[in-house]
Amino acid sequence: MLVIGNIKSKLNSFLIEIGALSYFTSRFFKNAFKRPFEFKEFLRQCYNMGNRSLLLVGITGFIIGLVLTLQTRPTLMEFGAVSWMPSMVSISIVREIGPIITALVCAGRIGSGIGAELGSMRVTEQIDAMEVSGTNPFKYLVVTRVLAATLMLPLLVIVADAVALFGSYLVENTKGNVSFMLYFNQVFNSLEYSDMLPATIKTFFFGLAIGLVGCFKGYYCKKGTAGVGKAANSAVVFTSLLLFIIDFIAVLIADIFYEL
Amino acid sequence: MNYNNTNIANTKVVLEIKDLHKSFGDNHVLNGFNMLLHQGENLVIMGKSGSGKSVMIKCLVGLMEADSGTISVMQNDITKLNQEALDILRADIGFLFQGSALYDSMTVRENLEFPLRRHIKKFNKTVDTEKLVIEALENVGLVSAINLMPDELSGGMKRRVALARTLILQPKIILYDEPTSGLDPITAKEIIILMQEVQKKYNTSSLIITHDVDCARVISDRMILLIDGIDYAVGTFKELSTSQDPKVKAFFKQ
Repeated sequence: MLVIGNIKSKLNSFLIEIGALSYFTSRFFKNAFKRPFEFKEFLRQCYNMGNRSLLLVGITGFIIGLVLTLQTRPTLMEFGAVSWMPSMVSISIVREIGPIITALVCAGRIGSGIGAELGSMRVTEQIDAMEVSGTNPFKYLVVTRVLAATLMLPLLVIVADAVALFGSYLVENTKGNVSFMLYFNQVFNSLEYSDMLPATIKTFFFGLAIGLVGCFKGYYCKKGTAGVGKAANSAVVFTSLLLFIIDFIAVLIADIFYEL
Repeated sequence: MNYNNTNIANTKVVLEIKDLHKSFGDNHVLNGFNMLLHQGENLVIMGKSGSGKSVMIKCLVGLMEADSGTISVMQNDITKLNQEALDILRADIGFLFQGSALYDSMTVRENLEFPLRRHIKKFNKTVDTEKLVIEALENVGLVSAINLMPDELSGGMKRRVALARTLILQPKIILYDEPTSGLDPITAKEIIILMQEVQKKYNTSSLIITHDVDCARVISDRMILLIDGIDYAVGTFKELSTSQDPKVKAFFKQ
């Protein structure tokens, strides 16, 4: 009975959280199109999220390109299909691995950062101070961050994809003596709009999810330093889960379009 | 009702709370709190920790919604105002937070400029933002800190900058939430002197929430003791500190 009670109460609090997040999302869309636009703060956030995540995303992409090629090469050689390597790597990176891995890295880097920053602002009454001064803190803090994350994630994914393909090319060049032109010719010949378009569209939603959940957790952070840590941590956990759900839905929708 | 300064009793009421109730579940924090604040008055509210002082002050600026009762700020019932009207009214209410609440990603200058972004219309068109910032910092003696970040300031300096940020909009009412808490006695005294100077210079009305009996003695024209969620005792510091009421006596004995 106790176990059932626990499950019930956890399910209850999860549903309440989903409801609160939905309300938070609707508040974001209401405020996003209202004047005045906090353009300076938006640009600052774009710089913070984009520029400061670039190195991490680049290194992650590069290693993924290397590892994927190194691990796939022996199998393709067995079947005499090593010339398919650029096509295989490019499609898997552009369609799936690049977006999801970059989004997960950004959930850790950006989502937890937003959660901790807004959480500490809530705990130290800085958000209250903004509200009391007549400034809309939701617009200044939340709208700018969510928009910046939504815009920056697709750009970071493009960088990660490019660097991953370059990593893959380096392996092919070293082991198979494939030239840069030949490798990338094959990459672009095998990639189609139907590979790139759904993948790019879903990265906007990944960015939106990272920004929204990070802001939601930080904005409603419970008092105390423990609350800030919890906000940062749960922002990453909740976002990661949400990213896989969004990815699954995106793949399902893309699949419907492929069949048409 | 007695006043230290009899002139104040004749001035207009700038803030009035009537029968304020606020509960959190079964915890009834405010049970019908009432108060009046006159133009130019320093009103101190004292009470034990958890007695509802901070809840009351948060209801007063609209950071928290009261369950019932009316809060009238300069003849505007804030419980009935829409967000836009409330934001405009907030330009006339300064709030000094207990922990200063400076924006730690901004310099002192940016901290002071921040409230002006929304309320610049309050001043005439030719107003120079830089001049307002310098003037506010001059009032607290910290012009030299203009380009520093909050984490480069001491506790006392932070409190002064927070006061400068409160003053920049030239509010008619200033709410102080524990203005001397966490400060050493000398810095606390400096802050009290500063509060008195500000009050004299701008003729503001001040509502001061404090635990500091010395602060209350020096600064108050009138005091309210908040006990059991109500305005249990009202009077001058002298009247309350010599009261024979057991609850009031117990409070001052602590």
